[in-house]
Amino acid sequence: MRAARFLASLLLAMAVPAMALADAAMVAGDAVAQSLTGSAGDPLRGRAIIIDRQKGFCLLCHSGPFNEEPLQGNLAPSLEGAGSRWNEGQLRLRLMDNKRVNAESIMPAYHRIEGLNRVGPVWRNRPILNAAEIEDVLAFLMGLKTENAP
Amino acid sequence: MKRIALALFACCSIASADERRSGLLDMRPEAQAMQRDDSMNPGMLWVLDGEALWNRKPAPAMQSCADCHGDAAASMRGVAARYPAFDQASGAAFDLSGRIIQCREARQAGPPLARESHDLLALSSFVAHQSRGLPITPPEDTGIRAVRALGQSIYMTRMGQLDLSCGQCHDDHAGRRLAGSSIPQAHPTGYPIYRLEWQALGSLQRRLRGCMVGVRAEPFAYGSPEFIAIEAYLMERARGMEVETPAIRP
Repeated sequence: MRAARFLASLLLAMAVPAMALADAAMVAGDAVAQSLTGSAGDPLRGRAIIIDRQKGFCLLCHSGPFNEEPLQGNLAPSLEGAGSRWNEGQLRLRLMDNKRVNAESIMPAYHRIEGLNRVGPVWRNRPILNAAEIEDVLAFLMGLKTENAP
Repeated sequence: MKRIALALFACCSIASADERRSGLLDMRPEAQAMQRDDSMNPGMLWVLDGEALWNRKPAPAMQSCADCHGDAAASMRGVAARYPAFDQASGAAFDLSGRIIQCREARQAGPPLARESHDLLALSSFVAHQSRGLPITPPEDTGIRAVRALGQSIYMTRMGQLDLSCGQCHDDHAGRRLAGSSIPQAHPTGYPIYRLEWQALGSLQRRLRGCMVGVRAEPFAYGSPEFIAIEAYLMERARGMEVETPAIRP
């Protein structure tokens, strides 16, 4: 029983890098066109991840239409209108690994585990957001359209 | 012509380059007043404890700091403004706390002072307080230069799950808001500091650990060469700024 559980956790640990590698192969141009889970995310769960200071912590750097959150950062552009600035595939890649688009970006790669330095043991070999969480955040952001968009 | 223009440009950028500011100036007025008034500054409690320890004679050597160094107001004046310093004998750099630890072991044969312990913070703040108001003047020997260069490279290295370097926040985005708080320029002018968030006095290394954990990196160990190297670089970066110990910070 214990051995089975050990094996299961080992397989789970091995599955994470494999998933990340598969993701890299899905990049075409500046976009990842296909859903990482094969289905659409849940925008409400995505919104919760965005404002969660431990999970997505997006509001450390970005501001956005979250009136109940008084402490929003100004290190990065507002999330307002994100769904008009990019198409879904472009925004998916920017969430997964913005440095592929802009090497100088300060935005963490939310779904990459390779090429990082001195990651703390608790965080090692796991992405900031898993595939389902990426899709949830994406679903919410795609709904943030600029009013009177062309 | 082009060269003159370039030289002019260089002059102007040097003249306007010193936009360095102590974190003191970014605090709300009440917190600034707290730092400036010794009767209100909680860091002075550690300084006073440090003064008592300076004069105490620990067993077994029964030798106090004062027995060798005399009046700290004279002998320790300017010392903190010059640390970290390179020690030729051991071939390594010492930060001020590391030097006090070493002195305690070698000269006083006393019980070792642990990093971040009350007694070490008290002695460090007492010694650093003797330099308050003096400009930071790091040494210029080749030993410390090499340490400083290492510190600079660490400062510029992205790390942790969030993949951020010190410089990306504290050079490139100082003054901007990270959630609700303004990002300081990170000048180590007042350590050990009384940090309101800690409700206690703490070292620069404790503060650096906080940032490293914040970017989800594995922090360097207390007293490690890496931390001392970063401190050496930060002190060079703050050259000429005034020592404020004990400073208050949010």
